Amino acid sequence: MNVEHDLVESVVAGKRLPLARLLTLVENNAPEGLAALDQLFPHTGRAHLIGVTGSPGSGKSSLVNQIALALRNPPSGKAARSVAIVAVDPTSPFTGGAVLGDRVRMRDLAGDPGIFIRSMASRGALGGLARATTGVVQALDAAGFDIVLVETVGAGQAEVDIARLAHTTLVIEAPGMGDDIQAIKAGILEIADILVINKADHPGVDSTVRALHAMLELGHPTHLHNPVASGTPLWIPPVLQTIATQSEGIADLVEAIDRHTAYLHTTGAWQARDRSRLQTELEQLVQVELNNNWRASVPPEFIQETLAQVETRQISPYQAAKLLTHPLPELHPG
Amino acid sequence: MTERKIRVLIAKPGLDGHDRGAKVIARALRDAGMEVIYTGLRQTPEMIAEAALQEDVDAVGISILSGAHMVLVPRVLDLLRANGQEGVCVFVGGIIPENDVPSLINAGVAQVYGPGTPTTQVVEDITRAVLQQAQV
Repeated sequence: MNVEHDLVESVVAGKRLPLARLLTLVENNAPEGLAALDQLFPHTGRAHLIGVTGSPGSGKSSLVNQIALALRNPPSGKAARSVAIVAVDPTSPFTGGAVLGDRVRMRDLAGDPGIFIRSMASRGALGGLARATTGVVQALDAAGFDIVLVETVGAGQAEVDIARLAHTTLVIEAPGMGDDIQAIKAGILEIADILVINKADHPGVDSTVRALHAMLELGHPTHLHNPVASGTPLWIPPVLQTIATQSEGIADLVEAIDRHTAYLHTTGAWQARDRSRLQTELEQLVQVELNNNWRASVPPEFIQETLAQVETRQISPYQAAKLLTHPLPELHPG
Repeated sequence: MTERKIRVLIAKPGLDGHDRGAKVIARALRDAGMEVIYTGLRQTPEMIAEAALQEDVDAVGISILSGAHMVLVPRVLDLLRANGQEGVCVFVGGIIPENDVPSLINAGVAQVYGPGTPTTQVVEDITRAVLQQAQV
């Protein structure tokens, strides 16, 4: 209790080593880390969470680097904002190991006390984030960072968890990545609050711009997963062009992020997103808890017997699942 | 349930022109199930210590070919200590003359690896050192 309390105090006070250690505890799902998160939770809800997703090689890390630089060095008259970066890279499904290389593109941010970068391995999660990313983001929020930038695993078409976590989701595309049929498929493009075509000096940029605009003209569904009160204007995702390696288009991108923030606040969408994010988190945690309780309450031999009945085709998997989750009291007392 | 992974920072300080050896080690540690944070070429000791802190690593591997190891490595060790990370296991790989090895070990380096070291030995040493540290 005392150790946790000290940890919580140090994190809220903005001390960096305790914060780094807490993030490890949260990643490892350690009980003392989760207990510290409980105490930190009242300090959360202030940071603006920005998700950055897109295909591998589209330039996510370089753009995150540029966005963070721009937020740290704003045009005169604006205040610099402190920035935490969570960069997720994939874990090998074969060895459990990972090479986390996003910092290679973020060297411009070294030595700035207003920046904190943490690399995370996905550890088997499939939605583009790690299971513990939510907790890590909460800790960084409680530590007082104004902005938390979350860079996902290089995402294909269905890694859309980031939209549930972030207030503002940027989807990064590079020119020449597939024809216009890609743009009407379900998935990653639907979650964009801001669409960014990076590497805009590469050939094919015009047709990518056209395809994305065409998609947006057919309507876009961000309001479906992020409800706003009826009567409020819909947010139409802007399509921006950047060249991250030359710092081009970054000012416009940061301006678009600020416009989206203002939109969220004036329409009440900020609270709506917060609520829907917490609801998702709660549901996931309830599932885990129910699953653990179920495992603890059903005798393993009963599971094995039922499985054997499925194997010999006496009952179907659906019947077996019903049997295991609504067991008859006389079958296994206690 | 708690699930611990060994986290290692692989760093290249100074002016080396290539990082092949560092990448080979990064890959070997990954294949041994570790999480390897790779930061690229031309890092200053300050950048290395900052990354080690933010990433809360168990070990730091410094790859160095340029001959500047007697300056850069002790500087990294000092900064780690100043940050409260004296428990982090530091190992050095690259072109290190034999005469320099004792003073690096004296300064606090756990191991020095020359060309041709089998990667399995590096994996074993790190695993052992990290487990020992966890018991302290």
